[in-house]
Amino acid sequence: MYVAVKGGERAIDNAHAWLAEERRGDASVDELSVPQIREQLKLAVNRVMAEGSLYDPDLAALAIKQARGDLIEAIFLIRAYRTTLPRFGGSVPIETEAMACDRRVSATFKDAPGGQMLGPTFDYTHRLLDFKLAAEGDVPAAEEAEARDAQTPHIMSFLDREGLIQPETDSDTTPPDLTRTPLELPATRDLRLQSLTRGDEGFILGMAYSTQRGYARNHAFVAELRIGVVPVEMDIPELGFAIEIGEIEVTECETVNQFQGSKTQPPQFTRGYGLVFGMSERKAISMALVDRALRWKELGEDNLGAPAQDEEFVLYHADNIQATGFLEHIKLPHYVDFQSELELIRKLRREAQANTAPQTDTSDASGGSLSGKMKEAAE
Amino acid sequence: MTDYNFAYLDEQTKRMIRRAILKGLAIPGYQVPFASREMPMPYGWGTGGVQVSAAVLMPEDTFKVIDQGADDTTNAVSIRRFFQKTAGVAVTEATAKASVIQTRHRIPEEDLREDQILVYQVPIPEPLRFLEPSEVETRKMHSLEEYGLMHVKLYEDISQHGAIATAYAYPVKVEGRYVMDPSPIPKFDNPKLEMAAIQLFGAGREQRIYAVPPYSKVVSLDFEDFPFEASKADHPCDLCGATDSYLDELIVDDDGGRLFMCSDTDYCQGRRAAGHVGAQGVPIEEDAA
Repeated sequence: MYVAVKGGERAIDNAHAWLAEERRGDASVDELSVPQIREQLKLAVNRVMAEGSLYDPDLAALAIKQARGDLIEAIFLIRAYRTTLPRFGGSVPIETEAMACDRRVSATFKDAPGGQMLGPTFDYTHRLLDFKLAAEGDVPAAEEAEARDAQTPHIMSFLDREGLIQPETDSDTTPPDLTRTPLELPATRDLRLQSLTRGDEGFILGMAYSTQRGYARNHAFVAELRIGVVPVEMDIPELGFAIEIGEIEVTECETVNQFQGSKTQPPQFTRGYGLVFGMSERKAISMALVDRALRWKELGEDNLGAPAQDEEFVLYHADNIQATGFLEHIKLPHYVDFQSELELIRKLRREAQANTAPQTDTSDASGGSLSGKMKEAAE
Repeated sequence: MTDYNFAYLDEQTKRMIRRAILKGLAIPGYQVPFASREMPMPYGWGTGGVQVSAAVLMPEDTFKVIDQGADDTTNAVSIRRFFQKTAGVAVTEATAKASVIQTRHRIPEEDLREDQILVYQVPIPEPLRFLEPSEVETRKMHSLEEYGLMHVKLYEDISQHGAIATAYAYPVKVEGRYVMDPSPIPKFDNPKLEMAAIQLFGAGREQRIYAVPPYSKVVSLDFEDFPFEASKADHPCDLCGATDSYLDELIVDDDGGRLFMCSDTDYCQGRRAAGHVGAQGVPIEEDAA
């Protein structure tokens, strides 16, 4: 006698217990602490904050620990937590001119006010495994210099003065909020940027790369890439003015792109923009390229049918939490749908074989006919 | 759990979802965009259904969750536990005792009543999606009631296969206006879409809610000479002997032997408790022993 499979409840409990054990790993090895992750896996923490849309290094580090290092899973934990947080209000837009830059480079001008500063970059390291790190991680202190006191002007502002770059106009309208209103198309640029900044780094990188390889090529120069800490201010209604409520580290990338002009615009440089939480420059540059590609309509460019120009394609597929959930859900039970497909395919095959049966009789007896082979394959 | 609001979502979010539900009920079959929240379970796991359930559940409700017709499939267990934990509502496996039933891929065999709500989990709410990938285009097609593409697809199925080759998520027209995806229920369930209970459909990832009010007219798309046909495996249930229920097919031995049993576990259990025995079944007392 066969008894239908029961025991979903117990299976889940046991799976969770096993997962907890696996997360800890070999108990004779020291356990990772959340501060260790926050300090020593900072770029992973940054990615979780950026794609989780929540600036909190401690929570991001905790999520990474809980997710066993699976960053998309960690991002998911942060997103689910973020949903439950009450919203007190919106901040005043951050001023990146006031950034205390850890890094600031321009690919378009050899020097500019504020100077170039490499900062803590992998760029010119030789990618050789450092076996010393396997033993001990003590490092000598790095050289220090006086921090700049003055603001660091945007390099774009110098092109702006010459009228060479397409101007951006200020708008007083409140930007839409992707997390509080359903995505509706066509999307405005601020909404697109929101989607890109929390979009999957790999997806945005792939989209940006595709524009470089000719799918809606818009030849981008990195006019400026800056990384550093900016203060965040918020208007307090009771006070009647804005006060600083904290500071966040961000990466900002502005690209200057070739533009031949169109029916509506004279030849001039155009812009792409990327802004991401934390030190995430691969993501910020990618975002700027995709932003620029998505602006084809407002600049009067041709739609070349490239994936990176298609805002519906980009915005609907950039979110890794949506993507991974839907992708992985196909491992859930689908007995019912599959059963209905089974019945349908059996029925269609029965009918198809009934129709071809007379021809089978006239063919040789070795089973060489197509319907004979199909029958064999099915059995 | 006191850290979260009743049924997890905050009241403002529930209000937003309830508005979408009311709009959906007012325009049967129309997909209402709503600001779907990130839930603590993955997209694709029923986040739309969970949000709709969270918005309609009251403390006095009795909640039932089925996946593939069964209360004991792992994801049904997980969702039921979620609401036990966050809402503290009573739960049941008995269809008749539930006031809110969340389902994935099935409609219970037992007729539902006016005082019940059936909440569907929906993966892709757009019935035209696989004919037209762009949301901008499909919304336009719905607003113009431009459903020719769907009929061409069904016609092409017939000309190629001699039958409409859609076995689940079979498209329906609601109240003579909107073509609607009934979620991936087998087409066997389509006739049951005309029912006394309120039917709510939640698609979390796609940010859509739609509804079928009680006793609405729901017609499965077909042609006069190729009428819609609800189908199921041509067997009685091997456990309870039912001939009118949708069946799961199980492979029970190394020789590929098959067993057919009701996909609706509560229905099967109820029949066996009432003394019905199928070809491979045993009376329920012996089974328990």
